[in-house]
Amino acid sequence: MTTSPYPILIIVVPLMTSFLIPLVGWWRKNFCYPLMIAALSISTFSSVAILRVVIEQGTLHYYLGNWDPPWGIEYVFDHLNAFVAVIVSVVSLLIGIASKSMVEKGFSQKAPYFYCLFLLQVTGLLGIVVTGDAFNLYVFLEIASLAGYTLIAIGEDGAPFASFNYMLYGTVGACFYLLGVGYLYIVTGSLNMADLARLLPSLYHSKVVLIAFAFFIVGVAIKMALFPLHVWLPDAYTYAPSAVSSLVAPLTTKVGAYVAIRIMYTIFAPSFIKEVVPAATILSWVAASAILFGCILALAQTDLKRMLAYVLIAEVGYIALGIGLANKNALTGAILHIQNDALMMGSLFLVAGVLASKKAFRKIYQFKNIHKKMPITMAIFVVSALSVIGIPPTCGFFSKWYLLLGAIDEHQWFFVVVLLASSLIHAILFFRVIEIVYFSPSEEPKQDAGAVVKGIDEAPLSALIPMILLALGILLLGVLSGKIISVIIQFAIPKSF
Amino acid sequence: MKIQKRGLLLEWIVSKYNYWIYIFLMMIGFYAMIGKKNLVKKVIGMNIFQTSIILYFISIGSKKGATIPVMEHGHGGTIQAIQYINPIPHVLMLTAIVVMVSTFGVAMALIIMIYRKYRTIEEDEILKLRK
Amino acid sequence: MHLINPEVLSVIAPFEDVIIRTACRLLIPFIQLYGLYVIAHGAESPGGGFQGGVILGASFILLSLAYDVDEVRKRVSEKRNLIFCSVGLFIYSGIGAVCLALGGNYLNYSRLHHLLPVDPVYARALGIFGIEVGVGITVMAVMISIFFDLASKHEDPEEGTSLGMDR
Repeated sequence: MTTSPYPILIIVVPLMTSFLIPLVGWWRKNFCYPLMIAALSISTFSSVAILRVVIEQGTLHYYLGNWDPPWGIEYVFDHLNAFVAVIVSVVSLLIGIASKSMVEKGFSQKAPYFYCLFLLQVTGLLGIVVTGDAFNLYVFLEIASLAGYTLIAIGEDGAPFASFNYMLYGTVGACFYLLGVGYLYIVTGSLNMADLARLLPSLYHSKVVLIAFAFFIVGVAIKMALFPLHVWLPDAYTYAPSAVSSLVAPLTTKVGAYVAIRIMYTIFAPSFIKEVVPAATILSWVAASAILFGCILALAQTDLKRMLAYVLIAEVGYIALGIGLANKNALTGAILHIQNDALMMGSLFLVAGVLASKKAFRKIYQFKNIHKKMPITMAIFVVSALSVIGIPPTCGFFSKWYLLLGAIDEHQWFFVVVLLASSLIHAILFFRVIEIVYFSPSEEPKQDAGAVVKGIDEAPLSALIPMILLALGILLLGVLSGKIISVIIQFAIPKSF
Repeated sequence: MKIQKRGLLLEWIVSKYNYWIYIFLMMIGFYAMIGKKNLVKKVIGMNIFQTSIILYFISIGSKKGATIPVMEHGHGGTIQAIQYINPIPHVLMLTAIVVMVSTFGVAMALIIMIYRKYRTIEEDEILKLRK
Repeated sequence: MHLINPEVLSVIAPFEDVIIRTACRLLIPFIQLYGLYVIAHGAESPGGGFQGGVILGASFILLSLAYDVDEVRKRVSEKRNLIFCSVGLFIYSGIGAVCLALGGNYLNYSRLHHLLPVDPVYARALGIFGIEVGVGITVMAVMISIFFDLASKHEDPEEGTSLGMDR
């Protein structure tokens, strides 16, 4: 049991600041943005501090109210937890910095309320990652979801209706998760994840546990937007305002995937999903269809954000394939892909958001020769696109490499074909955009050198710096992938593999 | 043999009546969420869906002949847990009720926004207007 | 199905009734007192923060049903509501943070015995009571806010315009 305050600062600082911001906003509106950045920075610093301690010492436990588990709620930080917490807090800090320009442009009157909801969403996501109690996870899941529904509804042109549909789906998913927790509580009498992991193995053949597992998986699949249950995602992320879609798109589905890993590998042991029920096999086939479906439908889109939403569905398919293959390499690839996808999708949606808010460009054919006006933004787009396709040394290559190794280990050649074909389709997808941007025939008359420099109308600095940092992160973390795996991810995988 | 089987079936239905009730309510709520066109009716269905789960959780905490889990003053000595109903499902469901009310509030606010924009709250008319 | 325009309805059939107004004026203080009782007796009888907060919020809703919603809204403005909501949350998190600052874990109320003249075990009971008060205030503010947003007749001039920004 640790006594350092960092485990609780991660959650409490954004929560309290989110309710401080509307009050400060009535007093002086200009203080809201620095306050939000300060809260997110404290959160990031705490999560990085915890990751360092976990790497040195192992799993960290923090008992709320000094009640021992299983009577009290505890926050557990093992390697997987601490890693995902760092990813979530760093990405949300960068998106928070970048959101300023988009918020000022769109709805500066309501900016304090936006920042309040933004921080509530980040609190919910971090709480899901940090907690070690199954019911506490439901509470934070609903906090994050409700903040998400509200944030998405701020957009225009169909956003409230898309958010309404998302709300119906999301409520069903969360209620199924709650039912799963309830069924497990009936048979074991405990809500703590570690305690459930201890008590459940003797009960694996009872029907209640099987039904609980089914409820869990369906509920988490809705939240994760896994293939047949992904229907809410394209509409919700397309019509959301730019600042919101760049926050929720990289993070919400990844946190859902984290919950899936927790359920399938911590609460229920890996032997359950491989031997007692063929859940791993079914999940891997569903994931393969998610990958193909996402890629192929993304080809049909003309709106950039909608295309990215379908690419996101395919990326979630990759992570689910890694979870479903259930061996060492595949799970390594899945966890690494959580990190990579957060970075890639964060930068891609930020680029789309900057293009939409600055130029009001939504359709891909409007992007002709935009690299003359916004060179750095499009360079970042190219780097992120290369990472999605999976070209070394960007980080996307390494996670796909491990997924391929995992599929080969299981002798599942169909999944190898699916992974390679999807990379090809991603290449077609992004090269189409790159061709329209960079290689369209120029329609303007040639200008002299002085005028070309004035023609650069780049994104505002507050949006540019986080994008550059994300792109640098994609390159750097790709090169450092081996180190990340050997230091962190290797210990996040269950010992039985 | 047949009478034995019918007795077992009847016992199976009657002894687990709380499961039957909650599944029945849940399916009614689910049907309303999917099958009704009016947005407010969908939200009512969502409410019924969540209420059925709350009812189910409360029902699993009850014990035969037990009283409410409040200790009277001056109660020294050991407490026999079998005399009190399980308070944990009630506590969990308090949180779930709060979540239900908040979701309802957000849903109603969304319906007001949709109404202001489309001047109707029937789903098929909204989809026609969006095309 | 189109909803009836509320402004037309309030002109055709404005609602005023002496009996309802008098009865509500007599009842509402007792409802609020009962709400406070439910918050305070959460540890000893069925009750607690959320239940008491709903009762307190219901008293305001009854007031706005008996009188005009906009009249009551002038008295309990949106700004004051949000202040109440934040104050409730700050009481909750603040008690936890005070326990953190006094050396224990978050929400470890027994540490409050450094501040209050009671022993650590009783400090836990007092801590829970403080938390319930915070929860009750927040829940009351949220209930009032939800009802006002749904029931008020005028459209807020700021809203109604699209809040989107990508075009």
